[in-house]
Amino acid sequence: MSKYSEILFRPVFKENPIALQMLGICSALAVTSKLYPTLIMCVALTVTVSLSNFFISMIRNITPSNIRIIVQMTIISSLVILVDQALKAYDYETSKTLSVFVGLIITNCIVMGRAEAFAMQNPPGVSFLDGFGNGLGYSVILIVLGTIRELFGTGTILEYEIFPLVQNGGWYVPNNFFLLPPVSFILIGLIIWALRAWQKDQIEEPEFKMSQNSPEIVPNPPPTPSSKAVS
Amino acid sequence: MIENYLNIFINAIFIENLALSVFLGMCTFIAISKKIEAAIGLGIAVIVVLAITVPINNLIYNFILRDGALAWAGLSDVDLSFVGLISYIGVIAACVQILEMFLDKYVPVLYNALGIFLPLITVNCAILGASLFMVEKDLYFGESVAYGLGAGVGWALAITILAGIREKLKYSDMPEGLQGLGSTFIIVGLMSFGFMSFGGIIL
Repeated sequence: MSKYSEILFRPVFKENPIALQMLGICSALAVTSKLYPTLIMCVALTVTVSLSNFFISMIRNITPSNIRIIVQMTIISSLVILVDQALKAYDYETSKTLSVFVGLIITNCIVMGRAEAFAMQNPPGVSFLDGFGNGLGYSVILIVLGTIRELFGTGTILEYEIFPLVQNGGWYVPNNFFLLPPVSFILIGLIIWALRAWQKDQIEEPEFKMSQNSPEIVPNPPPTPSSKAVS
Repeated sequence: MIENYLNIFINAIFIENLALSVFLGMCTFIAISKKIEAAIGLGIAVIVVLAITVPINNLIYNFILRDGALAWAGLSDVDLSFVGLISYIGVIAACVQILEMFLDKYVPVLYNALGIFLPLITVNCAILGASLFMVEKDLYFGESVAYGLGAGVGWALAITILAGIREKLKYSDMPEGLQGLGSTFIIVGLMSFGFMSFGGIIL
């Protein structure tokens, strides 16, 4: 049983698709200025990636390997069309807000990446779990972003007022800065920093390092011992 | 007439920059921006593919998929726009494949320069995104050529700038957790703020 929970939860923190594998970043940025469309986007992606993993894994033994990309593309785009049509039918307003980003789930690298890396080698049940886990990992980052941006940008969460706004007689002046799209980049950068301060093994090795001065090698030691020389 | 095309072109490069304003093609944008040469190679590949696929998808949308477009075949009440996504991605995959074979046969110099970037482009969301935006904006064929070209140039410009900054930045001493991916995200955020200042341009 622990093997399954491992497959399900490893992508959430240890191998987060956005923060570590660098997959599926595109849509993470543009849709997170409010929490509600963010949640819809998370559900759409999780459904697509779980089901595409499931179906691709089911036919993995009869798929010729030289045309597998186009087979995967066909399965994924059919699923995305289903999600897109369902969203347009039941929540037209949100589908307008998300505009092209639901369609772009097709080229979202998480879906393709998991199909290639996991579903082609594993049986359907496990692949479904893996897809669901990666969907969760993606959702965690998106929900954190959506919450921070909506809370500080408009003082609300899911349209429910958390910080009483100045124009309603409260004290909070909404910081419209957080509603600008580029903020999500900076927030993701900071989230990655926090995640790596916790999970040390994710830190990337720098290509160049400052060399430390040591008194034995340097003939003329600089006046302060803390100053550093560039290698 | 010409102003209209120029306006769409400039608009696509600066104001609605695919990478820095609508955040498309981010995965490749961040993964392939460590070296300037690689970034320029990928940028050129994106320009070529966008300039070809956006007009082709425009023709497909206007003559086959859109509501009532099949009137020339006597099927005036057929609306095929729901299969748009799968047709566009098919066109893109086919175009990239044909372009690869064509370059391999006739322009081997360019083929070697683009190398592995061409197949990568099929799954670049900037390409599909540009086609979807083209449909959303409801452009004519001529306008779609200008839009595809402009969108490609804008993306190439953005990735080249980012690669330049990252090449300088690798010498800097930053906190461990920010090394690599973390700092790149923050830089892209700041660049994106910079591009927002083009917002008011009207030709």
